[in-house]
Amino acid sequence: MSKVTITIDGLQISADQGMTVLEAAQANGLYIPNLCNHPDLKPAGLCRVCVVKMDDWKIAISCKQPVKDGMVISTEDPEVQQIRKNTVELIVADHPMTCLTCEADGKCELQRVAHYVGITPEGLNRYRRKVRAIPIDRSNPFFDVDHSKCILCGICVRTCDELQNINAIDYAQRGVASFISTLGAKPIADSRCESCGECVVRCPVAALAPKGAQEPMREVKSICAYCGVGCGVMLGVRGQKVVSVQGDRDNPVNKGSLCVKGRFGYKFINHPERLKTPLIKKNGKLEEATWDEALELVADKFSKSKGDKFAALASARITNEDNYLIQKFTRAVMGTNNIDHCARL
Amino acid sequence: MAGLATSLGSGAMTNSIAEISGASTIFAIGTNTTQAHPVLALQAKKAAREGANLIVANPKEIDLCRHATIHLQHRPGTDVALVMGMIKVIVDAGLADMDFISSRCENYDGFVDSLKEFDLATAEKITGVPGELISKAAKMYAGEGPSSILYCMGITQHCHGTDNVWSLSNLALVTGNIGKASAGVNPLRGQNNVQGSCDMGALPDVYPGYQKVAKAENKQKFEAAWGVSLSDKEGLTHSEIFDDIHDGEITALYLIGENPYLSEANANHAIESMNRLDFLVVQDIFLTETAELADVVLPASSFAEKDGTFSNTERRIQRVRKAIDSPGEAKPDWRIVADIAAEMGAEGFDFEDEAQIMAEISSLTPSYGGITYERIEDVGLQWPCPTQDHPGTPTLHTEKFGTPSGKARFMPLSFRDSAELPDEEYPFLLTTDRSLFHYHTGSMTRRVDGLEQLDSEEFLKINPKDAASLGLEDNEMVQIASRRGQTQAKTKVTKICPPGLVSMTFHFAESPTNVLTSPALDPVAKIPETKVCAVKLEKA
Repeated sequence: MSKVTITIDGLQISADQGMTVLEAAQANGLYIPNLCNHPDLKPAGLCRVCVVKMDDWKIAISCKQPVKDGMVISTEDPEVQQIRKNTVELIVADHPMTCLTCEADGKCELQRVAHYVGITPEGLNRYRRKVRAIPIDRSNPFFDVDHSKCILCGICVRTCDELQNINAIDYAQRGVASFISTLGAKPIADSRCESCGECVVRCPVAALAPKGAQEPMREVKSICAYCGVGCGVMLGVRGQKVVSVQGDRDNPVNKGSLCVKGRFGYKFINHPERLKTPLIKKNGKLEEATWDEALELVADKFSKSKGDKFAALASARITNEDNYLIQKFTRAVMGTNNIDHCARL
Repeated sequence: MAGLATSLGSGAMTNSIAEISGASTIFAIGTNTTQAHPVLALQAKKAAREGANLIVANPKEIDLCRHATIHLQHRPGTDVALVMGMIKVIVDAGLADMDFISSRCENYDGFVDSLKEFDLATAEKITGVPGELISKAAKMYAGEGPSSILYCMGITQHCHGTDNVWSLSNLALVTGNIGKASAGVNPLRGQNNVQGSCDMGALPDVYPGYQKVAKAENKQKFEAAWGVSLSDKEGLTHSEIFDDIHDGEITALYLIGENPYLSEANANHAIESMNRLDFLVVQDIFLTETAELADVVLPASSFAEKDGTFSNTERRIQRVRKAIDSPGEAKPDWRIVADIAAEMGAEGFDFEDEAQIMAEISSLTPSYGGITYERIEDVGLQWPCPTQDHPGTPTLHTEKFGTPSGKARFMPLSFRDSAELPDEEYPFLLTTDRSLFHYHTGSMTRRVDGLEQLDSEEFLKINPKDAASLGLEDNEMVQIASRRGQTQAKTKVTKICPPGLVSMTFHFAESPTNVLTSPALDPVAKIPETKVCAVKLEKA
């Protein structure tokens, strides 16, 4: 790919032909405030926060503006600052001021942008309107939809369209009445939404927020235990509890994508009904036993059932190492090839 | 799997998931991809969005049809007629890749003879799909490559499932759509490590790496490695094991991480069999319906509590890592097996950790020969990966096939009906599918409140015409009976099912669908025909 050189605020940087100014800046570790841009999605040019001045005269949207060799960009030009500030003040004008209790606190893109642009109390009050009174849609068991926090960046709409091809949501109505809606403004659980949560993880604010989410203390890289696709996951852990699952963006199989089961279907792991001790049937009832008792009984009975009187059914849910050992046990210890598993079901 | 192993020399997905979006034509048959493999389906949807042809062949109007260029809505169990009909169109139109056929394949002449049976009129009559649509799909697949075939249980769970698979390998071979990027024949494996279980030789006829039990040199190799003498008799398959238990031949069963109480076709037979056992050991993470029948239940660790590897549907061996401790006294499955072996005085089970087991696996399994935990620390490798410096194999069969001759084999086929078709007494054809929100018998997903909220009970999907003729409303309880059993579920009246066809999942213990399904087996793969059986319906 051919390279071009552009100047941003006096810094010469190298960029690939075909990149946008915003991409070039980000690739070089430079921050240009933005809200509606997401690296997985096509540039939308909706929020107007990423404006820059180009070649000393023209105002451009950096997420849409392709780089050209020799281009000179200013992100701090007074006119740029004025437009940017006005735009952000308008976005914040009806936004709830409940940051401390907000799910997105500390990772909110609107906070970051507002802080960077420099919002003052006077500036805020200039446009201050009431917070929009649209009831929170709590119909989905895994996430809530709070329209009052929505900044209409459309990242959720584009994720559902461009990446998922599900199209469960879109913009409804116009102007200040605009909101993100399902078809017929039905609760999200009654729409064609598949609950994959891809929009939730991309929402720059907390308009889409996982229910009862806990920040993990640490994350462990592993593989999803559901279907055979083998998506990479990051298991979020607190103490001895799995509290979240994120897609592993470094995994070549899913590149961060997950489905509803992979992302939200983890609560079986710490479920109270998990088996915790061996059980032995006595008088028709399964009763708790020690490992010593159980192993002794199993070893005794298996010893008397060697050869083709014995069969083992291994499992497509467990690891290669588990399966290897089970077939080795069946063949080498029990002396039979009666070993199969549920591949055909 | 047995089907592709015969025709191509390997039963696994020939290509990689990432290649799917590069195909110019995708032929998805017998796979409800968006429900059963949602993240892989993203690739097919992306390709279709960017202009690729997507041909969906499915008796039901599944969600993937929204993205399809062509939907071939054939009758259940008529896949051979549909695909062979397509191949005949391709051959007759001169679209066969004769260079590929002559240099890479064998038995073409014998195969072409068998095509006579499948003229377009016959294919239309058997499948119910208009001949011109079959012809259009065939020409699209042959003419606008690379073309990739995706299939799943809709192909294999038939009494002629192996024939179905062979029809697909024939289709790929006749057009040279194999052994190159974004083409191939791609069986989508259903469970997280079903590929790995097969690779590891949890099968009655092969040792790890598909080394045949029947071959004396393989037996000698494993006898030498394990220091024991081994049985030279091939073992029994899943369904045969239950038959032998029923007949009193097998008296002890060690059952791990599986719930045949709900998953086995003709489940009543399986339950009756398990009740006849002298000794049943069930090893699982929950007290499943099956575990309640056991004499001993052993508590196992979940995937989040142990180290190891899973092999995904594209043959990629990936690291699974322990995130938390096991609850109570639960242990990783391999440790339990090793403890039983030790208790029985057996040697060769004193592994310290999973990496040591992998070292033994790679020493005995040529396709895993180059796999070590160090190499797959960040990104998994795709087998075959025979040596330490081998980069893994994203695309199979690029130079030669894994058959003894190195050539792919065309398989002549004739059409056979499903074992049990609707008649006067049982007038509806029942097929099974899966829900996006649940997994197999639900022992994991039904314990996740949110998933249970999104999908909490079984529904019998039925066409509005059929519902009207029976006087059934939407959401009304209905009694479903087959020759083997009966159950109840609520109706979901929907045009997803064409008239005459009804559909259920098998996730819900309250409506155990598999008491209905047919145990008719494919003679080669020994897969039961859970996709087709005859049922009658009554208002409950």
